[in-house]
Amino acid sequence: MSTNGLIGRAVKRVEDKRFITGHGNYTDDIILPHQTYAVFVRSQYAHAKILSVDTSAAKEMPGVIAIYTGADLANTNGVPCGWQVNFKNGDTMKEPKHPLLVADKARHVGDAIAIVIAETKEQATDAAEAVTVEMEELPCVIDAAKAVQPGAPLVHDDVPNNKSFDWTLGNPIEEVNAAMDQAAHVTTLEFVNQRLVPNAIEPRSYNSSYDPVSEKYTLYTSSQNPHLIRLLMCAFVLGIPEHKVRVISPDVGGGFGSKIFHYTEEALLTWCSKQIGRPVKWTSERTESFLLDAHGRDHVTKAEMGFDAEGKIVALRVKTYANLGAYLSTFSSCVPTYLHGTLLQGLYTTPKINVDVTAVFTNTTPVDAYRGAGRPEATYLLERLLDLAALEMKADPAELRFKNFIPPFDGVQQPGYQTQVALQYDSGNYEGVLKKGLEMLGYADVRRQQQEAANNGKLVGVGFSTYIEACGIAPSAIVGALGCRAGLFESGHVRVQPTGKVSVYTGAHSHGQGHETTFAQVVADKLGINLDDVEIVHGDSDSVAFGMGTYGSRSLAVGGSAIIKSIEKIIEKGKKIAAHKLEASADDIEFASGRFTVKGTDKSVGFGEVALTAYVPHVYPKDLEPGLDFSSFYDPANFTYPFGCHIAVVEVDKETGKVSIKRFVAVDDVGNVINPMIVEGQIHGGVVQGIGQALFEGAEYDENGQLTNASYMDYCMPRADDLPMFETASQVTPCPHNPLGVKGAGEAGTIGSAPAIVNAVIDALWSGGHQVKDIRMPLTSERVWNAMNS
Amino acid sequence: MNTRIQVTVNGVQYSHMVEPRLLLVHYLRDVLRLTGTHVGCDTSSCGACTIHVNGKATKCCTMLAVQANGCQITTIEGLSHNGDLHPLQEGFKECHGLQCGFCTPGMIMTAADLLQHNPQPTENDIRHALEGNFCRCTGYHNIVKSVLYAAEKLKEHAVVH
Repeated sequence: MSTNGLIGRAVKRVEDKRFITGHGNYTDDIILPHQTYAVFVRSQYAHAKILSVDTSAAKEMPGVIAIYTGADLANTNGVPCGWQVNFKNGDTMKEPKHPLLVADKARHVGDAIAIVIAETKEQATDAAEAVTVEMEELPCVIDAAKAVQPGAPLVHDDVPNNKSFDWTLGNPIEEVNAAMDQAAHVTTLEFVNQRLVPNAIEPRSYNSSYDPVSEKYTLYTSSQNPHLIRLLMCAFVLGIPEHKVRVISPDVGGGFGSKIFHYTEEALLTWCSKQIGRPVKWTSERTESFLLDAHGRDHVTKAEMGFDAEGKIVALRVKTYANLGAYLSTFSSCVPTYLHGTLLQGLYTTPKINVDVTAVFTNTTPVDAYRGAGRPEATYLLERLLDLAALEMKADPAELRFKNFIPPFDGVQQPGYQTQVALQYDSGNYEGVLKKGLEMLGYADVRRQQQEAANNGKLVGVGFSTYIEACGIAPSAIVGALGCRAGLFESGHVRVQPTGKVSVYTGAHSHGQGHETTFAQVVADKLGINLDDVEIVHGDSDSVAFGMGTYGSRSLAVGGSAIIKSIEKIIEKGKKIAAHKLEASADDIEFASGRFTVKGTDKSVGFGEVALTAYVPHVYPKDLEPGLDFSSFYDPANFTYPFGCHIAVVEVDKETGKVSIKRFVAVDDVGNVINPMIVEGQIHGGVVQGIGQALFEGAEYDENGQLTNASYMDYCMPRADDLPMFETASQVTPCPHNPLGVKGAGEAGTIGSAPAIVNAVIDALWSGGHQVKDIRMPLTSERVWNAMNS
Repeated sequence: MNTRIQVTVNGVQYSHMVEPRLLLVHYLRDVLRLTGTHVGCDTSSCGACTIHVNGKATKCCTMLAVQANGCQITTIEGLSHNGDLHPLQEGFKECHGLQCGFCTPGMIMTAADLLQHNPQPTENDIRHALEGNFCRCTGYHNIVKSVLYAAEKLKEHAVVH
């Protein structure tokens, strides 16, 4: 297919105008006729029996329309988990009910006990304060490793040892142990990959209404996947026919994973809207977001990497306790397993790998996918081990990686790379990104500067991270075999209007990724038309046939491929129409730059004229239907595997322990690039979320299960003056198995950056003679200072 | 007891009876339906609600509507004139200074305040001025470039006139 050159260009975003002028349309901006407002009564305790709930006084308050408690929903299902993982012995994971309102006991601070609906938000707030809840506090458990100890309090009375499941992957442990025993050097790291709060700046917001005439519900939701919410809510929670629910995700102010999941409030508001016959709206306050939006990470891990005398990795052994919080969130079970264990090959030829994961319930907020989801945890583990091993073995960390990289392969001439942990990488040139990174950095100079700094009593360090991730989620048959309860294809519908203008309906959802631009570039390029002549429609289950939404860096690799399939069908049909007009055979028609031409002649007809003919079929092939409108579904053949190299240079203040980032170099290979400006922006944002984990962020629970930093006053996130400008570059190794050759760019930055920063700090400390193996993230001044002075 | 306030917002005069506890941001969003000003937190920490009150950048999620009585207010909706984008709005588009767009209005209003009293800021000046505004999408890199772009634009404009 010939193109008009829009693919690969840094086109300015078409969606920007509404956002920069204040005309975005987020869920909380919507007020429906006869709107009502909901406020929740939530548990102040992490673990407590509910003795009684008295709503009588509250019901008499001004403006109150209804109050519901767990007792009103006793016969309603809870929200489901979308991925089944089995115990090592084959038993099904423990999957206790996650009710819309709790009736028996609260299992984390913020668990919802009652919903109060009133004419105004203020009236609902006042009435919620008048609901009296009597509770008996129970001992709680916060830490995953402690939760499985005998005698630990049980989050769910019917889940022994708080274990949802245990799970293993890779080579038999005996083989890994034997290889480890033979190793010339073993680097061991025991560490915590701390719990993070995603913190999209737009709080979650829902507005649900019911029309008694059509018996149809409409739910506006700040979700990354409106169709998935509709499916889960209708089929698993409320038992409503799917065609009686319209779910709309309008503009959504960031997701980062936290808006994938089907939350209890979505189903509850929908249920309430029918009960009261009026629209019900709820927007999370920031502290509610901290307590309820699914958190990320929270692994306690012991990892060992064995090397032979030449520095080749011979074995990797990993034991992880994954904290899943109080309930199984939608995709929580696959994050520490199939998105973490499967990535432990990294970029290296490690011949023996075993990973063992125990997934645990605690009295904390549920944990699920947060930008990167499992892959940052795997990358952190591997990359910390690599840099630490280099320090221990007095080797250069870059050289150690070159020694262990899987050699380049394109997935076409050379086959994909089969890992020890179930995946087959599609294509890669891993040494390429490290070489480029070293060049951009001026590695020798930086090491010289580090030495000079050390001579002057300053602590400068260089940290590396060469990562790989699995994106383009995901081939349905493969994930189905692994326990996923959904298909992970995508739909793409391309409607050519009679005037040749094009509307595209995609099941992917943009909440910052710029699909309205990138997808339009693809379509305009392939059809040889102007960008302005393409409109991208997303986020509405009544307009878009079906969709699995946006997460796992899948939108372009999966959703874009579905659109390409429809474009191919349009061109094929267009050739038949053109052939008829040009009195030629369809086989002789070529399509290029927006024109259908009879091969070897100057006889041609434009795309617009063919479109018009399809809808005004006066002179038209006899056996052809009118119209130019195709819908396609695309199920990927494999995951895609973006990779890259991140290098950080930091300085640690000896007196205070404060870390300053001096430079940050990122070379990312995300396959072919449609819009380099947007890809670079994704990398910047991703890198900063990784830096956030390394230096600033972390959910802090006290022993009573209170989240002590549940506000923006207390939870530290990167601000503009914490960061340098970034030095970024691309390498392109196309994906061999999708039509655009793209791999996905949404999570790469976050996956790569955290270990580079921590490695750089550790390197800085070693340069000053402090042989520290690990500092628990976030690397605050206090923690770094203590590490230097202990 | 509701109280009457009179405010001028984006050049238009309004008079409303409001509850004393009504926050200015909710007055703008729910009463005037100017929804470009956003609420990201309840603690004046994220800056998504930044507007100009009497010409000065103000986080209106912690200001009461009654405190705005008699004030001149500019919101993101009032920043462009006669359909021409403000140089900052243009800068954010040109330099990809936004992704999800939720923090953008507050970010632009804060930057507009900076450029009023420091028309030629350095990178550090910009980072310091914007440290009260969270962006979770961009990593700030392109926001800094957007403000530098706008400063340059304003300088050209000053030379021409």
